[in-house]
Amino acid sequence: MPTQERRDDRAFRMSRRKMMRGVAAVLGAIALPAQDAPASVWESFFQKNFRELSPEDLKGVLSRLEKEYSEKYKKAVKVRATPPIEGVSYGYGLDLSRCIGCRRCVYACVEENNQSRDPQIHWIRVLQLNKERGVDLEDAEHYYNPAKVPEKGHFYMPVQCQQCEHPPCVKVCPVQATWKERDGITVVDYNWCIGCRYCMAACPYGARHFNWKKPGLPSAEMNPETHYLGNRPRPVGVVEKCTFCVQRVRNTPGRYTACVEICPVGARKFGNLLDPESEMRYIIENKRVFILKEDLNTRPKFYYFYAT
Amino acid sequence: MPMRMIWGFFKGTLVLITKGSKAYYIWMVTLLCFMGIGFLAYLYQLQHGLIVTAMRDQVSWGFYISNFTFLVGVAAAAVLLVIPAYVYHWKPLKEVAVLGEMLAVSAMVMCLLFVTVDIGRPDRFWHLIPKFGILNFPQSMLAWDVVVLNIYLVLNLTIAVFILYNLYHKREPSKSFTTPLLLFSIPAAVSIHTVTAFLYNGLAARPFWNASILAPRFLASAFCSGPALMIILFQIIRKYTRIEIKNEAIFKVAELIAYSMFINLFLLGAEVFKEFYSNTIHLAPMQYLFFGLKGHSDLVPFIWTAMIFNVSAFFLFLIPQTRENYVTLNIGCVLIIIGVYIEKGMGLVIPGLVPDTLGEIFEYSPTGIELLLTMGIWATGLLVYTLLLRVAVPILTGEFFVGEDGRTAVIVDTEFIRRADHLAEQSYRD
Repeated sequence: MPTQERRDDRAFRMSRRKMMRGVAAVLGAIALPAQDAPASVWESFFQKNFRELSPEDLKGVLSRLEKEYSEKYKKAVKVRATPPIEGVSYGYGLDLSRCIGCRRCVYACVEENNQSRDPQIHWIRVLQLNKERGVDLEDAEHYYNPAKVPEKGHFYMPVQCQQCEHPPCVKVCPVQATWKERDGITVVDYNWCIGCRYCMAACPYGARHFNWKKPGLPSAEMNPETHYLGNRPRPVGVVEKCTFCVQRVRNTPGRYTACVEICPVGARKFGNLLDPESEMRYIIENKRVFILKEDLNTRPKFYYFYAT
Repeated sequence: MPMRMIWGFFKGTLVLITKGSKAYYIWMVTLLCFMGIGFLAYLYQLQHGLIVTAMRDQVSWGFYISNFTFLVGVAAAAVLLVIPAYVYHWKPLKEVAVLGEMLAVSAMVMCLLFVTVDIGRPDRFWHLIPKFGILNFPQSMLAWDVVVLNIYLVLNLTIAVFILYNLYHKREPSKSFTTPLLLFSIPAAVSIHTVTAFLYNGLAARPFWNASILAPRFLASAFCSGPALMIILFQIIRKYTRIEIKNEAIFKVAELIAYSMFINLFLLGAEVFKEFYSNTIHLAPMQYLFFGLKGHSDLVPFIWTAMIFNVSAFFLFLIPQTRENYVTLNIGCVLIIIGVYIEKGMGLVIPGLVPDTLGEIFEYSPTGIELLLTMGIWATGLLVYTLLLRVAVPILTGEFFVGEDGRTAVIVDTEFIRRADHLAEQSYRD
């Protein structure tokens, strides 16, 4: 009997050890990076939320990402984390009387912000609307494709992130992977987002986009001047959105966003809402301005107007 | 000593779940096959990304979240139905409280799996765990849902295991432990369903969901689908095991379904009236669901099927003669399960997203991968429920209990345990 018992004991211990090893192996294979993965994979796995990184942590993260991207895209990639400029709150103006619906902004944005080319992700959606119906979204044509724009009887309304004062997307995020910065730009930490897409359900403007697939970004087309919260390359399975070209506008001297720069008819305006002399303030005070879905109380800082 | 007692119990359960009739093995192997297929589908999805689903930016939630929503209702209703009877000693239902708890546990497991397969970065699940990550509580309704669903799972598991473990030791489970927990599970069941409804309800961007009637409708429809499922399970359990469930109990449950279905249909009618009569811009999703919009009508046949099924089932359960006839009763149950599965699943999630916030109509219907994965998760839920029953049933019928030495498990012959004659003789020692 004692021998029997001891053998049973040993058998049990063996099997438990084996079982634990098996469990560890399965967990490792499913959830965690492989054993022979470089240390940076583990660093990225355990990386904290952007807003909880100490200055040294942040430095480490940025240099790790620069190394990773530079190797992947075979060029010197800069990843900055320029903070908001004090006394600045960005506002955007869009002159509906000027827009011709050419979609140059859509593609300038894609090039500047390193969106996936395959499948295509666009942060700007230009709607073709009927002059007789006015701004009626149910009547909007999203995939208009004539040889020449503008088409008779129509006007065009580009929609992108409205950089709300009360962003519903921020409120719903279960892990605080998205937030509004002090200069009013709502950003996403692509290393913290879990990809639940609740923010996409909450956004009233269709401004949030998901990486359904590993983004296809050819090295040759990759813009190496990037911001951590903006146009750096995104991983699969996370949400992204317009950041008012945070990598441009926070620089000193600042640059206009790519969409403002490219617009051939000057329909797009951009400036500091806190500066009484800015173009945006002039527009808001002197033109007929409206915001999209005003009744939802999201308080966009994206102003549509008719200048002429 | 207690460790050895628990180990004895655990060993007994291992024997129970590994030994069984041929039918049991076939059933389990079938489920395992479906789970395997589902797992492979999940690996494929992990490798390629969620692009293998039919979801896109316009319709960013689909079949997975539809199933999740339906199952939260099942989990809530199973408990809401059975616990009051247990607490207030309504005899015919008292014995089966544990069966309801276990259905809730299985449904919760499925819910958590459906959420897991839906998220883009399952490797970052730890971001949701307070201390390690950041849980955006109380701001995000999804954070609330994570909290209440997990509490509910643990709560039901605790109650069920506690009751069963005591019965196994031939003790009456301590009232001072079970009654407060059982009473707490009633508001907990209401809360998982309310919070899940609020998750949709709180989005002003989606007029179809942003209606105050949504949470009451959730509860009403859950009170139809959960109990309908229970009626069918009760009949299966009493047919194949020695657990006795009285006709009286089943008919009472059916009567409750009739009232719930009336409330469900009434609330739906109130919503339909408001949208169609006021005819505002917010009518579009409702129109898409019931009649199609601009030539897009994928959901129309489904929602009308659901409507016809629900209304027919209402009458079957309302009339005592059909309610108390097992043929019509079971037809009614199946009609309700399908009807609510459509109405509360795709019929709720998809019109919330179609037309999208900029008026685009993007029609969604799940891909093969989504279907296979979903079947895998349902198979997992059924497997969990089968395993739980496998242990619970012999305990409830007094055929699995602790031996005289207080440690060894005794398994008496039961209908579904083959080779029982030698098991009954030979008790397992540790």
